[in-house]
Amino acid sequence: MSEAAVTENGPARGLEGMVDDWSADKQAYHVPWGKAMMWLFLVSDTFIFTCFLVGYLNVRMTTTAPWPNQSEIFALSFGGDPIPLILIAIMTFVLITSSGTMAMAVNYGYRRDKAKTFWLICATAFFGATFVGMQVFEWSKLIFDEGIRPWGNPFGAAQFGSIFFMVTGFHGLHVTCGVIYLMWVAFRVKRGYYDNKGYEIVEIAGLYWHFVDLVWVFIFAFFYLL
Amino acid sequence: MASDAGQQHPLGIYYKIWVLLFVVSTASYLVDYFQVQGAMRWTLVLFFMVVKAGFIVAIFMHVVWERMALVFTILGPPIVLLLLIGFMAVEGAYTEESRFVYNGHDRDAVALTPADLHGGGHGEDDGH
Repeated sequence: MSEAAVTENGPARGLEGMVDDWSADKQAYHVPWGKAMMWLFLVSDTFIFTCFLVGYLNVRMTTTAPWPNQSEIFALSFGGDPIPLILIAIMTFVLITSSGTMAMAVNYGYRRDKAKTFWLICATAFFGATFVGMQVFEWSKLIFDEGIRPWGNPFGAAQFGSIFFMVTGFHGLHVTCGVIYLMWVAFRVKRGYYDNKGYEIVEIAGLYWHFVDLVWVFIFAFFYLL
Repeated sequence: MASDAGQQHPLGIYYKIWVLLFVVSTASYLVDYFQVQGAMRWTLVLFFMVVKAGFIVAIFMHVVWERMALVFTILGPPIVLLLLIGFMAVEGAYTEESRFVYNGHDRDAVALTPADLHGGGHGEDDGH
């Protein structure tokens, strides 16, 4: 408990004052520090993704070449007529399902039910890995069947490929990192590593995972539907 | 600090939000499936997007139960992004218009579809 050194002229100035200001006991957030840090990271990540999406907005508005029709490009055929956007819809459901299992994992973590928490996190990671697998399939279809490249495509505006691969790729990277992170947390839960430390870490990992789902909500709307 | 001071709520609310997210996602998919176009498409897609994002942040990420200091740290800074979006939209519209007017780009260009390239589907030949 060190109070900032206060003289008759108010708090100390200069370097000493700066150190006092930053080191005095002031707590703004009444949550575990890991949770506050995760939130700050997610806010910064929000800025990165928004910059990408705003770049997409600007590129799509300024190009005078016609924008490719996403509904037809992302259609998938199961033997019959192509169904528009069906793969993307399934990917969306997979990610929402994983968000639900993660929310339950957080809940069971606080109840200290290690077995249920472990399996629910594993299920979340499994759905995440499924999502990435489907994305790999989607990309390979776009690259090999449709001839879409970051520098051009046969349908319309050349910028379509570069912005699409960059944003969905960056999101896929987040999902992949999330799967690794979740498995790491899952095995620590199983080993009882958090019995003394507390199970906030499951909630913190959950925040990251829900954020990945959140970003997908925006990608789904702006890249596939609009 | 007590180790169980975290966010704990009845499971029921998670199930409800989970089902709701499925319903809203299906609804936004149906917008495309039934090829709703124009202003209605934008309205519906953006509305469903905001609903989904809102429930994920509020319930799954527990923001609705957090203290206000943390809530404003999370939701405050991203508000400036609306300004960025607005500026870039204005700038983008201006750039596009100048390309039409001064560079003579075609206003009526139409994108090709996979059906045009792989044959079949539309049954019309447009010169590439």
